[in-house]
Amino acid sequence: MNEVVFFINKGVTAGLIIGSIYALGAIGVTMIFGILRFAHFAHGDMMTLGAFMTLILTAALASLGIVWPVPLAFIAMFPAMAITAFLAIGIDRAFYRPLRMAGARPVVIVMASVGVTLMLQGLIRLFAGVRGRDMFLEAPKEIFRIPFPGASRPVIITEPQVLLIAFTIVAVVALHWFLTRSRLGKAMRAVSDNPELAQITGINTNHVVWATWIIGGALACAAGTLLSMDVTLKPDLSFNILLPIFAATIVGGIGQPYGAIAGGFLVGFCETLAVFNWSILLRPIQHHLWFELPASMALVPTQYKLMVPFLILIIVLIYRPTGIFKGRVLA
Amino acid sequence: MSEQTAPSIMRDVVLFAGLAVLVAIIFASQGTVYSLRMMVEAGCYAIIALGLTIQWGYAGLFNVGVMGFIAAGAASSMLISFPQNPEFWNSAGPTLVGLFIVKLIGSGIAIWAASRSDHWGVGPKLRALLIAVAIAASYLVLSAHMDEMAREIEDASGWMGGLGLPVMVGWLVAGAVAGVIAWFVGKICLGLRADYLAIATLGIAQIIKHFLKNADWLTRGTLTVSPMPWPVQTPADGEFIMARASYLTVVAITMVIIYLLLQRAYHAPWGRMMRAIRDNENAAEAMGKDVNRRRLEIFVLGCILMGFGGAILIHFASIYDPSGFLDLNHTFLVWVMVILGGSGNNRGAIFGALFVYIIWVMSEPMAAWLFSLIGTYGQAWFGWEPPSDLASRALQMRVFVIGLTITLVLRFAPQGFLPEQKARF
Repeated sequence: MNEVVFFINKGVTAGLIIGSIYALGAIGVTMIFGILRFAHFAHGDMMTLGAFMTLILTAALASLGIVWPVPLAFIAMFPAMAITAFLAIGIDRAFYRPLRMAGARPVVIVMASVGVTLMLQGLIRLFAGVRGRDMFLEAPKEIFRIPFPGASRPVIITEPQVLLIAFTIVAVVALHWFLTRSRLGKAMRAVSDNPELAQITGINTNHVVWATWIIGGALACAAGTLLSMDVTLKPDLSFNILLPIFAATIVGGIGQPYGAIAGGFLVGFCETLAVFNWSILLRPIQHHLWFELPASMALVPTQYKLMVPFLILIIVLIYRPTGIFKGRVLA
Repeated sequence: MSEQTAPSIMRDVVLFAGLAVLVAIIFASQGTVYSLRMMVEAGCYAIIALGLTIQWGYAGLFNVGVMGFIAAGAASSMLISFPQNPEFWNSAGPTLVGLFIVKLIGSGIAIWAASRSDHWGVGPKLRALLIAVAIAASYLVLSAHMDEMAREIEDASGWMGGLGLPVMVGWLVAGAVAGVIAWFVGKICLGLRADYLAIATLGIAQIIKHFLKNADWLTRGTLTVSPMPWPVQTPADGEFIMARASYLTVVAITMVIIYLLLQRAYHAPWGRMMRAIRDNENAAEAMGKDVNRRRLEIFVLGCILMGFGGAILIHFASIYDPSGFLDLNHTFLVWVMVILGGSGNNRGAIFGALFVYIIWVMSEPMAAWLFSLIGTYGQAWFGWEPPSDLASRALQMRVFVIGLTITLVLRFAPQGFLPEQKARF
C-alpha cells in the first residue's frame, strides 16, 4: 500500500494545495475581469506583496514575544489581507481608474496593469532582495504523520497545508454567502452581468468596484501568504503563477467565481498529475502488464510543468471559449 | 495639408537632432568601441520595436511575448548559421531527427484531418473524440521519440550543432520561425478579445524560454553557444572598431529598408484598411473586411520582424544564452520604446528605440553609483548597515522605473513623443 500513500502525498495533497492557491488567485482575477473588464496582470505580484506584508507583521509579532497555538504568520495574515485590500484600492485609484474614466480601451488598462506589475516587482525586490525567506520565524512548521492502514509509510501533511485547505473552504463558503445573500454581493453579480442596466437600477458602481478590489486583494494576500508558508517566500512568483491563474479563470468562465474555484483545482490537479511519476503506481501490477515499466513515467517532464496550464488554456480557447461554467467571451 | 504636417515635421527634426547630439556626446565621452556596440544594439531594438509598433499601432494587438519571438528567432538563426558539429553528423542523430520531423508532419496531418472530419460527415461528438485521440496519440508518440532522440544525441555528440549556412539565411529563417509560431498563436486568439492574446503570448514566451533552456540536445541549453558567426568580419582579429562599424552598417541598412517598406505599407490601401479595423472594427467588418484574417496578417508580420531583429541582436552579442532572454529587457523595454516614441508612427518607434536604449544603457552605471552613494552616506550618517546585495537591488530600481514609465505615459501622454500623423485627404 506504500504506492497508494505515495500517490496521496505526491498527487492528491500536492494537487489540493496548488489547486487551492490557483483558486484563491483566480477568484480575484475572474471578478476583476467580470466587473472591470480587463485581465489583471498584476495579480501575481499582489500575491507577493501580500505575503511580504504578512512577513513584516509576523516579524513585529514575533519581536513582541507573542506565542500562539497556530503559526504567527497565519495570525498576521488577517491584518495583512486588510492592508493589501486597501493597497489594491489605492492602485486602482492611482492607475486604473483615471484610464477607465478617460474611456480608454480595455487593452490599455491591461497594459497599465503590466506597468503596475513591474512597479510592484521592482519595489518588492528593491526593499526585500531576491533571496527566499522562511515565513516561520518563531518555530519550525509542524508536520503531521498519519499512519495509513496496511502501509509502512505515513501520509504526510504539514500544518500550513491544513491551514490552507481549511482557509480555502471557509473563504469559498463565505464568498458564496456574500454573493447570494448580501445586497452588495447581489449588486456585484448584477454589474458583472450587465453594467448599464445595473447602473440604471441605481446600483452604486463605486461600491461594487471597491468590493471587487477588497475581495481580490485580500484573497491574493491570503494565497500568497499560504503558498509561501508551505514553501518559502520568494519574490519571483509573478509571471509563473499568472499563467495557471489565467488558465483557471478562463476554464471556469470569466466572471464566474464558482467556475474560478473549479478551474483552479482542475488546473492544479492536471499540473500535479501530469508531472506525477505513474510508474510507481503501476509497479505492483508489473507482472500483468505487457511492457517493461520505465523508471520514470510522467506525462510531462517536471521542467515543462508550465506547459500544462498553457495547453489547457489553448484547448479551452479553441473548443469552448466560454469556459466550462458558461462564462462570457468578452467582446 | 502642409499646415497640418508642418509642426510635426519640425518636431521630427528637433527630436532626431537632439538624439544625434546625445549620440555624439556619448561617442566623445565613452569611446568609439563602446558607443558602436550601443548603437548596434539600439538599431536591433529599433527593428524589434518596428515589429511591435505595427502590431500595436496599426492594429491594436497587445503582444506581451516579444521575448519569446526574439528567443525563437535567435535560436533558429543560431542553428542555421553555426558551424556543423561533425560528431553529430557521424552518429545516428540525423536519422533520429529526420524520423522526428516525419512523425511531426504525420501527427500534424492526423490532427488536421480529425478537425476537418465534420466536412466528411462526422458528427460533432465523434469529431471531438477523434481530435482528442489524435492529439493524445501524437503527443505520446512525439514525446517518447523526443526523449530517446535527446538522450541519443546528448550521449553521442553533446548537441546537434548548426548547419553552417550563411548568416543572412539564418536571419531570414529566424523571421520565418517566429512567424510560424505567431500564426498558430494568432489563429487561436485573434478571434477573441485582445486580453486573450496578451495571456497567450505571455504563456508562449515563457514556454519557448523554458524549452530552449532545457533542450540541451538542440541548443546546448544553459551551456550557451559561442561565438556566433557574423555576416561581416568579426572582431577576433582585434579590429574592434572596423568590425563593429561594418555590423552597424548592416543593421542600419536593414532598418532603413524595413522602415521604408513599412512606411509604404502604411500609406497604401492595406495600411488604411488596418487603421480602419483598429479604429472601428464593426464598421470595417460591415464594409466587408475580413477582420480576423487581417489581424492575423499583421500579427504574423510583426512577429517576423521581432524574430529577425532578435536574431541580429543575439548574433551581435556573439553568445547565445537562453537564460539571457528576460521579460524586462526583451519585452517591456520594447514596449516602453514603442509607447514613448509614439505608437502607430514608424519614425516614433525608431526614435523611441534609440532614445530609450541609450537611457537604459546609461542608467545601469548610474543606478549602481547612486545606490553605492546611498549605501556609503547611509552608513556614515545614520549608521545604517546596507544589505550586501545592494548592487543587484540597484538593478531592480530599473524594473520599477520601466513600470512607472509605462503607467505614466499611458495616462498623461498616450500619444508619445512623435504622435501618429492623421493623414488628411
